[in-house]
Amino acid sequence: MSFQTVVFYVLSAILIFASFRVITAKNPVHAALYLVLAFFTSAGHWLLLQAEFLAIALVLVYVGAVMVLFLFVVMMLDINFEKLREGFWRHFPLAGTVGLIMVAEMALILMSPEASLDQFKAAAPLAADASNVKELGRQIYTTYLLPFELAAFVLLVAIIAAIGLTQRQRKDTKFIDPAVQVKVRRDDRVRIVKMDAEKRAVADTDVVSEEQQA
Amino acid sequence: MLTLTHFLVLAAILFAISVLGIFLNRKNVIVLLMAIELMLLAVNFNFIAFSHYLSDTAGQIFVFFILTVAAAESAIGLAILVVLFRNLNTINVEDLGSLKG
Repeated sequence: MSFQTVVFYVLSAILIFASFRVITAKNPVHAALYLVLAFFTSAGHWLLLQAEFLAIALVLVYVGAVMVLFLFVVMMLDINFEKLREGFWRHFPLAGTVGLIMVAEMALILMSPEASLDQFKAAAPLAADASNVKELGRQIYTTYLLPFELAAFVLLVAIIAAIGLTQRQRKDTKFIDPAVQVKVRRDDRVRIVKMDAEKRAVADTDVVSEEQQA
Repeated sequence: MLTLTHFLVLAAILFAISVLGIFLNRKNVIVLLMAIELMLLAVNFNFIAFSHYLSDTAGQIFVFFILTVAAAESAIGLAILVVLFRNLNTINVEDLGSLKG
């Protein structure tokens, strides 16, 4: 058994354990941490498959960003998780059977000689100075330029949507909508009242001048 | 000697585990989102395994796009979750019946 095979089986065992704990952990914080472990182990698998850039991207994007977001949300919301777990194991026999059947079916297909997956021999080891990043970059910026731009746009839409969904108007804010300000006409603010000119009362002025002297 | 079958069976197991997770955590939206992330990871596994064994990097570029979409999906999903919790004070899937579906 070669070194790579040993690494593969060790990583696979960790990955399967971690993903099983993700779905069964009592505390969602633990589930999120096990999901981090699962992603990290998958990055190891991807290194075995010589996808170095994606392995690093998985660690940075998932472990670094998405999982921190998950942890933020889990810890921020005050949720009664006990209530959510009522009857958790009741459906386990059915769900486990369905899952096992799915794995068995897929394994039967994938492992049967008729599938002839053996014809895909392992790729020849790349040269020591071969760069996975360079190859990916070349393809992304030439062949897949339009999908790449679309992906950027999807991310932009996601940013705007996330902000737009979670933003709420505070009641005590003094913010004024500039559009409303600009739309104001003179008649909305100024009211001209027609009235007769009034004479100043003499008695009042005397009182005022006396006060000033005092 | 590692073959393509090794990786495909591993991805199949991962996918089945996440389906199991969606079965079991019917009430908890957060763990449902995590199970969906695991499913996407299993899909990415297939892409990268085939990309390696066919010596074609196109598969890796697709994984790149799947990662983008998955990140966007989880960001919006969690935002919806926060709004949901703010309005209803629960994330129990069984309480979300206001659309009467």
